[in-house]
Amino acid sequence: MNVRRIVAVASKEWRETVRDRLFLALAFLVPVLWMLVLGFGLNLDVEQIPFVVVDYDRSALSREYTYRFVESRYFNFQGSLHNEREVERLLASNKIRAAIVIPDKFEERLLAGRSIEVQTLIDGTFPSRSQITRGYVIAINAAFSLERLTLYLSQKQGITQERARQLLQPIKLEVRYLYNQVVKSIWSVAPALLMFELMVAPPLLTALAVVREKESGSIYNIYSSTVSRAEFLIGKLLPYVGISAINTINLWLLATYLFGAPFKGNFAFFFLVSLVFVLCSTGIGLIVSLLVETQVAALIITIIVTIVPTVLYAGLLVPVSSLTHGTQFLAHLLPGMYYTDIVQGSFLKGVGIEVLWPQVVMLVLYATGLLSVGYVLFRKRPSA
Amino acid sequence: MTAPSISSPRVIVWVRRVQVMTAKELLQLFRDIPVMLFLIYAFTMDIYLAGSGVSLELTNGRLLVHDGDQSAASRELIYRFGAPSFRFEGELQDSQEGTHRLDRGQGMMVLDIPPHFQESLVRGEQTAVQLQIDTTNAPLGLQAASYSARIVGQYGLETSLARLGISAGKQDAVPILIDQNRVWYNPNQNETWFMSVAELLTIMTVFALALPGTAMVREKERGTVEQLLVSPLSPFQIMFPKVVAMTLVILAGAAVTVFVVLEGIFHVPVHGSLLLFFGVAALYVFTTAGLGLFAATIARNQAEVGLLIMMILAPMLLLSGIWTPPEAMPNALRYLMAISPLYYFIDISYGIFLKGSGLDILWESIVGMAVIGSINFSLGMWRFRRQFQ
Repeated sequence: MNVRRIVAVASKEWRETVRDRLFLALAFLVPVLWMLVLGFGLNLDVEQIPFVVVDYDRSALSREYTYRFVESRYFNFQGSLHNEREVERLLASNKIRAAIVIPDKFEERLLAGRSIEVQTLIDGTFPSRSQITRGYVIAINAAFSLERLTLYLSQKQGITQERARQLLQPIKLEVRYLYNQVVKSIWSVAPALLMFELMVAPPLLTALAVVREKESGSIYNIYSSTVSRAEFLIGKLLPYVGISAINTINLWLLATYLFGAPFKGNFAFFFLVSLVFVLCSTGIGLIVSLLVETQVAALIITIIVTIVPTVLYAGLLVPVSSLTHGTQFLAHLLPGMYYTDIVQGSFLKGVGIEVLWPQVVMLVLYATGLLSVGYVLFRKRPSA
Repeated sequence: MTAPSISSPRVIVWVRRVQVMTAKELLQLFRDIPVMLFLIYAFTMDIYLAGSGVSLELTNGRLLVHDGDQSAASRELIYRFGAPSFRFEGELQDSQEGTHRLDRGQGMMVLDIPPHFQESLVRGEQTAVQLQIDTTNAPLGLQAASYSARIVGQYGLETSLARLGISAGKQDAVPILIDQNRVWYNPNQNETWFMSVAELLTIMTVFALALPGTAMVREKERGTVEQLLVSPLSPFQIMFPKVVAMTLVILAGAAVTVFVVLEGIFHVPVHGSLLLFFGVAALYVFTTAGLGLFAATIARNQAEVGLLIMMILAPMLLLSGIWTPPEAMPNALRYLMAISPLYYFIDISYGIFLKGSGLDILWESIVGMAVIGSINFSLGMWRFRRQFQ
């Protein structure tokens, strides 16, 4: 292996990249832009659910109950209806996501110490959102019930309301949130986005760069030159790994400074493992590029094997533990899952190599494996 | 000048030209074996995997327990943290071990029940249980907290009502609200229905955005576009067939998905008109392809257009409403997403499949999408003309 030849290939590649101004700009801008747009937009909290109330009782107590929803930041009051006929059309046209139906004799029965059924109609199109909506409704109902019950019990048994409440709530649940103590969505999302971008952007750059030479035919210059396979691949990948290394730092700066995500781990450790991860994703791009002949194919295949599985199976939005067996298997095939652990460990948990070494080993294995496959697939003498 | 009638020679020639160009595009696509293989994979296996394997809800939240009481009451409480939301992952000898296990990602929550838990309950004294939750995924952490609060609250209420002599069977004798939830459109909350449709929309978007745009730039890069421009074809007749060809291929893919994967395997209900769905899908592919073609007029080579397309694709897929509720997004981004055709297509597709909505309800979304599509397409045409004429 000759270092000068590697440098020659790398500098040729670098010059080609630099001279294509738009490509160069996009290579750095796309990740930053994604981080900005997705960081502000990818809000997974379910809030401001539009809803209506159908109040058949129209009493003081039913209004008080309605008000619990109106003043909650999870709900967005869209008005009150006189009957249920309108509800279906509103739900179908996505104007509302829930409706609460308060029956006749709501006040009368509750004041008499009897239970009453309250109906909630929920749009079930997006199951996770409707489950969360259901959870909010149940929580508001439970709090309201507890108040009524407290009043009732204190009157009936002649005890103070405080004592009655204590009797009704014998178990207190003390919740401690670990790692993301203020439970900010963006603190979870920003580090996850870093994983997403390092999984998606480097393979695209690499795949397009290699196939470009194949498609335009300039790869024949390499075939007929003295440059060896390894020298060519190293030189070719070096500029793109370099770009991705700079992008890693840019993204880290955005995540910590702009979005305020805490970084509790060791930066040197994090950066080194990120480089290994970039080698993995670059390796995926390399393999794709060696298997196809056109840039159209390179683009489509890179999207299908990176974006789609990374969104679903790498722990970006859905933790790997809640996947079923088939998809768990798929998740383990991709390096993204291991890097998610590294990112979360370094940002939120503040753990290092002592805990994360199995993931590091996996990533190193992936990087070597993928790059070796790339090496084997690359031939200087094309068949036929 | 009189308007040409349908059978006039000029119209026939026009149609023939578009036909020939469409056939050329299809041929070019079919000859790219790797693209065809992935097209088939994407519209079948990929959607099957996503539909069968991904759950956004809290499922299998792994629960570690330190039971300091070892009584019937504490076991009953632990038992209530059950499937599908939680999964019992094991008992801990001391509470220190919990944090350690969470650090390693070997659990999501640690429940700590104090000694004398049952005694306090029997005596009617207040007692506290501790719950530590891993919130590296904030929304799921919050969900776990709210489910746990519900479980513990309900258990507490039941034991105290029983102690006070009001048993759960006679709940009519206490002033409480009884929840009657009715979930519409997907009553069993089958996430497969949701995910498989979501993935179909994702795949359609990927191909509609990426293929026509790159095909266009390829002609520019290789110079074959010059040949086309000196032919009698108008710029519209060069651009339009690329979209038509792609629309045909994507609709064929979508048909396979809908009939084999969605209806055949997952039994997703189709309450509305499939004809309407495929009609709107054609409009959607058109609109999205317009976006890709517009990107193609900015780029000089395929590498550039590839990056441009990716730049548009990721936010479009993640923010249009499949993953994030539009209601909860900041206003500025909501406006930005209003120019994403997918934003409308999501409402339309779920409307047709699950809600059985027809044109009377969906027309607003369809008009919105059509407007954006025509703007994209005209912008693309305008830039294309300026570049070559």
